[in-house]
Amino acid sequence: MSRRARLAMFALAGPGLAVVILIGMHGMPAFGHYHGVYGLLINKIEVPERHATDLVTALNFDIRAFDTLGEEFILFASVAGVALLLRKLRDEREATRSRGIEDHSFAGASAGLQLASLYLIPLLIALGCYVVIHGALTPGGGFQGGIVLAAGPLAILLAGRYFAMKRLAPERMLEASEALGAAGYVLMGFAGLIITGVYLKNFLPLGTPAMLLSAGMIPINSIVVGLEVTGAFLVTWTEFLDQELIVQRGEDT
Amino acid sequence: MSFLPYVVAAWLFFIGLYGVVSSTNLIRTVLSLTIVQSSTYLVLLGVGYRNGGKAPIVADIPTSSKLVDPIVQVLVLTDVVIEATVTALLLALVVQAHKRFGSVRPADLRALRD
Amino acid sequence: MTGLQLAALILVAVTATAVVLTPDALRQALVLGIFGLTLTLLFFTFQAPDVALSEIVVSTVGLPLIILLALRKIREQERSRNHEEDK
Repeated sequence: MSRRARLAMFALAGPGLAVVILIGMHGMPAFGHYHGVYGLLINKIEVPERHATDLVTALNFDIRAFDTLGEEFILFASVAGVALLLRKLRDEREATRSRGIEDHSFAGASAGLQLASLYLIPLLIALGCYVVIHGALTPGGGFQGGIVLAAGPLAILLAGRYFAMKRLAPERMLEASEALGAAGYVLMGFAGLIITGVYLKNFLPLGTPAMLLSAGMIPINSIVVGLEVTGAFLVTWTEFLDQELIVQRGEDT
Repeated sequence: MSFLPYVVAAWLFFIGLYGVVSSTNLIRTVLSLTIVQSSTYLVLLGVGYRNGGKAPIVADIPTSSKLVDPIVQVLVLTDVVIEATVTALLLALVVQAHKRFGSVRPADLRALRD
Repeated sequence: MTGLQLAALILVAVTATAVVLTPDALRQALVLGIFGLTLTLLFFTFQAPDVALSEIVVSTVGLPLIILLALRKIREQERSRNHEEDK
């Protein structure tokens, strides 16, 4: 339908939807007055029972670990979809596009930019590993740390050296890391099933709160999910970059 | 004033929906979908906030202090990461659609015609 | 509601309107990065540091990069298509 028809229909239906939403908002509690019960319960029992000081990560990987399993596989399926859509088709070939790529520098990256990204790369990787491992103690965890870790090799792209980035993070390694992350989480659940009889129950010793090796299987789940998120984002970026820089139309010569 | 987060969430929903309806380029549709998704984050976090509550990290504050609800934060946290990947999937679809049909205008994408 | 939360909410609303009303797709990708930054500020004032951590990297680095690459690929395909038609 044409754009004008769409806008006309939106002008008709929009006010109706707005009225319904405003009526619905009257039933909600005022901002700041919390009426839930579950949240208060979690705040009270979490540290004595799970010995983790970061409540959000403990919920993510221990108390509500089953939801994280589902969300992790949404991530996995989306990345599989991207890799499938952007594969090399029958009438395309892979060839480096411009002269610049062959002598390993393109996009006119100046010396200052290259120096800055040289400092960024170890910083980002170290910060990413720190955020992943300390998930149970301070704000962090698998999802946040995984993304920071994925931004590390991307800083190499910032310096204009795409092929160096492909050497640091080759496709086989990224796909293996992502698969390991997804399978590792399922296997941790099975280990809980075998040892305690409940899938994804915390079966490792809990330790003392606020020490690094505490909270049972939460740090291990955090590392596994961090591997998966890093692999997922780097695979997505590499697929798009390959489409832009390497894949061209024309038969394989 | 106590309903302002919900009003802003409703505004984000509507302006994103307007962007989807009135876009002439498929990429603009995908970006407006991102705005619609952000409205859900606002609603969730607005529901879980407590007046005077602190962040749910008890590493250096006593465990009996007043904290905001951590459960809604778990939902929004994983949702943020998944949104980026699903947007990447949609953009890959747009790129392939352009290869097949030669245009990114929604009016030109009729597969059954040719 | 604290003053900081009020300011963050108003910033989010204004930036979202700016994203939708920008005419050019390339500029929209950059304004989307700024929208992510304002969302991060909002999450921070709502006492949610975990959420702010994940939003900041995703929305300033992850998403605009993918959008820019998709835009470039489309522009280049159009150019090569025009080339072939001219021939």
